[in-house]
Amino acid sequence: MTDTLSTSQPHPRSDSDEPLLSVRDLTVTFQRAGDEPFVAVDGVSFDLRPGDTLGIVGESGSGKSVTSLAIMGLLPERGVRVTGEVLYNGQDLLKLSPTQMRDRRGAELGMIFQDPLSSLNPVVPIGLQVTEVLERHRGLSRKAAMPLAKEMLDRVGIPDPDRRLKDYPHQLSGGMRQRALIAMALAAEPRVLIADEPTTALDVTIQAQILAVLKDLVEDTGTALIMITHDLGVVAGLVDTVNVMYAGRVVERAARHPLFAEPRHPYTAGLLASIPRLDGSRGERLQPIPGSVADNLPWTSACAFAPRCSQPIDQCRAQTPELVQHDDRALRCFNPMEVTR
Amino acid sequence: MPNPLNPRSKKDRIDALAASAGDPATTGSSGGGTVGGTTAVATIDDAGHVEETAGVSLFASAWSRLRRNPVFLIGLGITGAFVLLAIFAPWIAPHDPAARLLLDEIRPQSNPIPAAREGFPLGADNIGRDIFSRLIVGSRQTLLVGVMATFFGLVGGLTLGTIAGAFGGWVDSVVMRVVDVMLSIPSLLLAFSIAAIAARPSQWTVIIAIAVVQVPIFARLLRGSMLAQRASDHVLAARALGVKESAIVFRHMLPNSLGPVIVQSTLVVATSIIDAAALSFLGLGNPDDRKPEWGQMLGASQQFIYDHPALAVWPALCIIVVALGFTLMGESLREALDPKSRR
Repeated sequence: MTDTLSTSQPHPRSDSDEPLLSVRDLTVTFQRAGDEPFVAVDGVSFDLRPGDTLGIVGESGSGKSVTSLAIMGLLPERGVRVTGEVLYNGQDLLKLSPTQMRDRRGAELGMIFQDPLSSLNPVVPIGLQVTEVLERHRGLSRKAAMPLAKEMLDRVGIPDPDRRLKDYPHQLSGGMRQRALIAMALAAEPRVLIADEPTTALDVTIQAQILAVLKDLVEDTGTALIMITHDLGVVAGLVDTVNVMYAGRVVERAARHPLFAEPRHPYTAGLLASIPRLDGSRGERLQPIPGSVADNLPWTSACAFAPRCSQPIDQCRAQTPELVQHDDRALRCFNPMEVTR
Repeated sequence: MPNPLNPRSKKDRIDALAASAGDPATTGSSGGGTVGGTTAVATIDDAGHVEETAGVSLFASAWSRLRRNPVFLIGLGITGAFVLLAIFAPWIAPHDPAARLLLDEIRPQSNPIPAAREGFPLGADNIGRDIFSRLIVGSRQTLLVGVMATFFGLVGGLTLGTIAGAFGGWVDSVVMRVVDVMLSIPSLLLAFSIAAIAARPSQWTVIIAIAVVQVPIFARLLRGSMLAQRASDHVLAARALGVKESAIVFRHMLPNSLGPVIVQSTLVVATSIIDAAALSFLGLGNPDDRKPEWGQMLGASQQFIYDHPALAVWPALCIIVVALGFTLMGESLREALDPKSRR
């Protein structure tokens, strides 16, 4: 399998610092007539270089999925306002026409979704769903695309790909469905792959396999990966840089090791403390983050996390914290966790 | 405020997190070079195998329930017998349905309707034609009208529904308002009006009239399920792959929306048959009564209804039984395919 992978390297890892995808001040506002506008993503910026792996972590409603849909241009047009810039190879994707964007989706930017069963067309065999992408973006005939589809299924670790090409989604197990989705997303060899909670619907052993497949594929093809998840365990084994999002804003950004070793934002620390530990003593209780996103303050006049924070100070409720670059990380907090090292 | 992290075990914690995420697979993948390794592949293969026996498709599980559903089997039996009868009618019917064989028996005052006798089990009508043969041959017209009206209604409804569901927005609004107007007119009244417009009523005007009535029903149904498909995950996933809009509509949305429409069409055959009978009964059907039709036979029997009710009972019974057959089949099909009734 590695032979196949190593022979086809469409996007060799470039050493240049030129970002492949550069998100600048991305803001998504949902506005319905008669309703208060709701800012789901608020000034998010990050860079992605070829071969990078980037994690976006946050709980439900933190805006991580909306960020990915905005980058892909998949948000509905009505009632949604997207501002900022999404520069791909220097070109602003947000300014492209729907047709131009459609040509780039699948070919330049791929995406994998959370629920592998509902993300596959139930009435079309797996093989045709993979060849559809190849027909669309490579201009191949179905006949010419079929061997490539088979190779793709093989690459993502689906056993007996010849038979599976003719199978329908319901005939596949959950893990295999997600592998098939990865095969579809990577069929046209996109340079950026966004994985939106790709393992949430799978059990733990399958999760690990899927993550390994993703890791191998992005490493071997040089595809840049954006991993969106609520599960810090998922990003821990996979990504280089982690963005922790809260209420639509990035609150902490750091390389993986410093972030896990020394979380500085109380929210990141809370997320880490709420994960069960193998080395914890028996009967040790998990520490939840109190409250819910419903308690948030508006970012415009305060820190949104202040009501749930473990160590708020008066300033947190009176002033908006900015994302400030510290030595090894960017942090949006007035009273960060102590450095214990 | 204590730090929720225990500083002593930070390194272990990272490793544990990394392990929980990637470790079991990394052992298989990065080392040997086979993704997932043999163990993992075996696990997945096993999982797939279990899935295949446990999870069956909607249609397969629907069929396994239908096979044991007496209501469906009765409906299927009636419908099947009716279709066979219609196909082989000319060979089954003992007499020519248009031949006035018992015309000599008729005395306008004393005996307008010849009674049953040897070779004429149900007697004859007022111009001496064998009722039994007419009923049998009449099944052809009924089937033809029912199926053709449903077919044309389906074609029209699918076209409108696909347009509305595929484009959405103002196209959807315009199409659906037109459909609403059509639905607001009582269906039979609409069919009468259309049939009455025709200069020369024939079997085809009946078919067209009934088909037009069915169009809004199919359009509405298809549009509804197309809109549901439009919001579905697999359509979003297809969009994320850059699939063209036309392919999304015809390969991803339409095939997944047809289930309820197919079920509805079996029910519509039943209403079409009843509507066709009603049109013929009121004289809006085919005026040529050499080709027997149940509704028209029912209409013609009106003037003898007090003295010879059997003349009306037989065609009415045929209509009821056939319509019942299609309805039973369609209803049990609908129930079987409804995910809510899955056990």
